[in-house]
Amino acid sequence: MTAVEVGVRGGTERLDERPSRRRGRRNDRLLGIAEHSVAILLTAVFLGPIVLIVLTAFMSSGQTLTSDLWPHEWHLSNFRQVFVEAPFLTWLKNSLVYSVLATGFMLLSSFPAAYALARLKWRGRNLVLLAVITMMLLPPQVTVVPVYRMWAELGLTGTLWPLILPNLVGDAFSIFLLRQFLLTIPQEYSDAARVDGASELQIMLRVIVPMAKPAIAATSMFMFFFTWNDYFGPLLYTSDEPSNWTVAVGLASFRGLHHVQWNLVMAATVLVMLPVVVLFFFAQKAFVEGVTLTGVKG
Amino acid sequence: MLLMAPWAIGFVVFFVYPLIATVWYSFTRFDLLSPPKFVGLRNYRYFLFDDPNSWKALRNTFWFVVFMMPARLVSALLIAQLLTRIRRGGSFFRTVFFLPALAPPVAATIAFAFLFNPATGAVNTLLGWIGVEGPLWLSDPALAKPVLLTLGVWGMGDIMIIFLAALLDVPIEQYEAADLDGAGPVQQFRYITLPNLSPVLLFAAITGVIDALQYFTQAAVASALASGVATTGGGTASSLGYPDGATLTYPLWLYQMGYQNFYLGYACAMAVILLVISLVFVSFMLRRSASFLGTEDLR
Repeated sequence: MTAVEVGVRGGTERLDERPSRRRGRRNDRLLGIAEHSVAILLTAVFLGPIVLIVLTAFMSSGQTLTSDLWPHEWHLSNFRQVFVEAPFLTWLKNSLVYSVLATGFMLLSSFPAAYALARLKWRGRNLVLLAVITMMLLPPQVTVVPVYRMWAELGLTGTLWPLILPNLVGDAFSIFLLRQFLLTIPQEYSDAARVDGASELQIMLRVIVPMAKPAIAATSMFMFFFTWNDYFGPLLYTSDEPSNWTVAVGLASFRGLHHVQWNLVMAATVLVMLPVVVLFFFAQKAFVEGVTLTGVKG
Repeated sequence: MLLMAPWAIGFVVFFVYPLIATVWYSFTRFDLLSPPKFVGLRNYRYFLFDDPNSWKALRNTFWFVVFMMPARLVSALLIAQLLTRIRRGGSFFRTVFFLPALAPPVAATIAFAFLFNPATGAVNTLLGWIGVEGPLWLSDPALAKPVLLTLGVWGMGDIMIIFLAALLDVPIEQYEAADLDGAGPVQQFRYITLPNLSPVLLFAAITGVIDALQYFTQAAVASALASGVATTGGGTASSLGYPDGATLTYPLWLYQMGYQNFYLGYACAMAVILLVISLVFVSFMLRRSASFLGTEDLR
């Protein structure tokens, strides 16, 4: 419960407001310097790999085989070359279709379910919640064979539809996340609307949805990231159909297509990371709140 | 309840039915082309006694549960703790430590394989500067898993954010009282921070175990890259678990048996075993944490 409140209030801002509780000015300052030094050292460790990827993406393919870390010349054309040497544009398009449709479908189906679980009282509600949590926690490998067979019989293996369509009936993790948030909206809002004669559907769409925008944003981002990064799913269903690959599968095969062109592999890696990072910076606040929400149990 | 209707359909079609079907298939020989044929316990017997890789895969996956999950948790907790103490540039450091968690696993794994490349990778280059001859990393059976563990710790940002929020929620009065009573930092951590964080720690540990049991992408990509083979399609077979089976995780072996070799009945038996293991782990953790973190965790 506590973590929910933090998330909703935007707990991260409070980091800077927190008063110091340490006394003794001199020690305080020394300790502060030590702590900042550790933080800066860790920054180098955590950012290092990202910086090196970006640097390598600009190198000539010859230089990637040397141990020089800084590009001799900046080869911007590597990024164009990625699209020439592999059907990267097709993969990007497939990833986008997968991510956008899955996210949209997930919202359509998961929000009403989360609403029913969080804001309506009915028999069996706790049982259903337990089922949702169980679905969320079990490894997908456990059910994958029969599900694969169903899609094979529908003739949809080889495409991304087996990964997109199930979202029309809800995604357990998203339902759970949205429910955690919807619990924090005071019941009085619904009651007031009910007194004014609003139907349950109107309350959900007109009152609760606008208030739940941050949670909807965070859940959508989770879904987008998950689908964009997903490797097991697209590999399982589309591995024999390179024209239906996503960037994750394509990127994994990239090294095989181009044996030692690390510069192109890294340029492709940068291109795959870019949308995720850009999206994150646009919606950082909503996302951090969303991550915080996952830290609570039903 | 109309609002739950789509979910109910999904629950039956994508969960209850497949779960039952998986158990049934696990007693059959099934290759997707012809209907399943009942073979009794043969799949399970093969798993236990004859499969040269089943125990290796199980051991590797347990390695990730036992070492990577705690390593990610501990590093996330330490860094979150550090962040609560940083006065200047807090939001900058927070973003920096979180950023790697955003890197798509395939991309991050490729990047690490490149950095840990024995001949020209940045890690061995740096080691060379201080006069150390770097090891083979992902091509060394003893070091391949630790490199993947490093990759996991590098991407601990999602857990860190959860811990950070929970740390900031610990009532400051408790620390002040402890200060007055003369409790040192270690005692404060043990008696104030840990108990306050226990629900969040438990959640992170359970999802961490589940993630470790599913560990697939990084192991698949890393082994393929280190062995120099393409990953997708039939390409996995030759590089599977390279080097020397060190990165052959349970889900990888399940995928190989089910979807490369089309022993789907056998894959289902492996799935049932994975299901049992997941349930054992989760209930064990719930039980244990109830005894030493306080019963409120079981709410």
